[in-house]
Amino acid sequence: MIADVRVMIWKEFRELRQGGGRGKYAPIILVLIYGVFFPLQAGRSWVDSYQMVGFGLGISVFMVLSVVADSIAGERERHTLETLLASRLSDRSILIGKIGAVVLYGWGLTIASLIVGLVAVNLSSGEGHLLLYPAGRAITTVVLTFLLCVLATGIGVLVSLRSSTVRQAQQVLTIGWIALIFLAVFGVQLLSPSTRLRLEHRITTAQLTTVVVVAALVLILLDVIVLALNAARFQRSRLILD
Amino acid sequence: MVEYAIQSDGLSRSFGAVHAVEDVSMQIPVGTIFGFLGPNGSGKTTTIRLLLGLLEPTRGSATVLGFDSRSQASDIRQRTGALLEHPGLYERLNAQENLEFYARVWNLSPAERDTRVKELLTHMGLWDRRGDQVGNWSRGMKQKLAVARAMLHRPSLIFLDEPTAGLDPVASAALREDLSSLVTREGVTVFLTTHNLPEAESICNLVGVIRQGRLLTIDSPARIRSHGGEQKVEFVGQGFTPAVLEALRLRPEVAEIEASNGTLTLALREDRPVAPLVRLLVEGGCDIEEVRKGAASLEQAFLALMERDA
Repeated sequence: MIADVRVMIWKEFRELRQGGGRGKYAPIILVLIYGVFFPLQAGRSWVDSYQMVGFGLGISVFMVLSVVADSIAGERERHTLETLLASRLSDRSILIGKIGAVVLYGWGLTIASLIVGLVAVNLSSGEGHLLLYPAGRAITTVVLTFLLCVLATGIGVLVSLRSSTVRQAQQVLTIGWIALIFLAVFGVQLLSPSTRLRLEHRITTAQLTTVVVVAALVLILLDVIVLALNAARFQRSRLILD
Repeated sequence: MVEYAIQSDGLSRSFGAVHAVEDVSMQIPVGTIFGFLGPNGSGKTTTIRLLLGLLEPTRGSATVLGFDSRSQASDIRQRTGALLEHPGLYERLNAQENLEFYARVWNLSPAERDTRVKELLTHMGLWDRRGDQVGNWSRGMKQKLAVARAMLHRPSLIFLDEPTAGLDPVASAALREDLSSLVTREGVTVFLTTHNLPEAESICNLVGVIRQGRLLTIDSPARIRSHGGEQKVEFVGQGFTPAVLEALRLRPEVAEIEASNGTLTLALREDRPVAPLVRLLVEGGCDIEEVRKGAASLEQAFLALMERDA
């Protein structure tokens, strides 16, 4: 099965190399925008604050959503799925291969953007000193962006399996993601001042490790649920009838 | 070694109230090029999906290469190749990458992969275009590549769902030729669905006709022709008067008469001798210069079957 998953990842990356439908140079452009433009705007605070963690989480989702619909809904829209299903590959290998490729792509570009960002900040604001992300913050970013990529991919797979076209899947995912951000931002505003204060107090006084561990556990739980739903939904007999 | 590549017994599949495939029983010997004929929506594609184990039958059973389509579908898919309704090619990838991907899927070793990909692309006349993105290719080239992909892992059985659909006559003939030579060389069993009856007649040695999910007949093209269709006889000459035509109409074997510009064409109901008709014409005062007798084509036999079943 591992060999079959690798074969699927090989194919997905060959397609992504052609830009996954977004042009051949899309990944390089994305890394340059996220890894140069934003860090240069932020300057030294890019490495001194938690800005880069939030930024990493945000763009990891964006990177994943930009390709997951093409990988799943696109395969059906371009009539390549049935031929794939008529091959010896198991449903599980195809699904894991596709999820694996999207996660590696999204997460890889996120990490690449953060590394390029570090170089950019060193060149612009280093003043002769080597600026580095603090180890704890770097590990937090690496772990949480990975788990978030898995979650976003899993949700992307579910949406794509229910969409008849890539465009439809992309629209639903983009709108959903924007709605989630708005909900988070405005949801906090809707809380009563006392609740907001209590929440702020709890976050600021909690140990960073505890926050990260809780966030990671919640993400792991959500990942497991979404991946189980993916496995239940991604089955030959159902896909053929779709 | 199994005797039959495909055996089905009462194979049926319904989608709600629609019976897509109903009670299909057939036996296709190993090494056969089987043509599955039927109008649009008659159940050809659903039958392929059932045989590949992509769909479960509602009733009945099928064994493909000795494996049960319900419980051993992955064994079937392991040993078969398929070109389904669409070529199923990755249009952003080039021809070589498309084949390489499936060669990896079928676990071909790197050396075997390179040799086989080159061999098939060369055979199909596509080697020089191996680096082109498939999306820029003509439909004919894509179909050729898809046939090559189906043959890649040297399967014992290949399913080809309308491989020449949408191709111009030249491209169809070229694909047919490539397919025939490849099949002969590699000795595979072929399950081919088509609308193109002359195509089935030229390459198939066993033909099944399906309509509304039911298998009407399964036999060799020659036998289907002799049983199903009308025989045509053409007389070239003069003096085909109304009285002679009336006399012909009264003959029980004559189904249809058409006379124009010194040519009289008769459609005969069965494979009857033509001599009595020639005698009738001569005795009726006709000057006969030439008599052409032709067996019914598979197309005529197919249409007759469709009419009979309607």
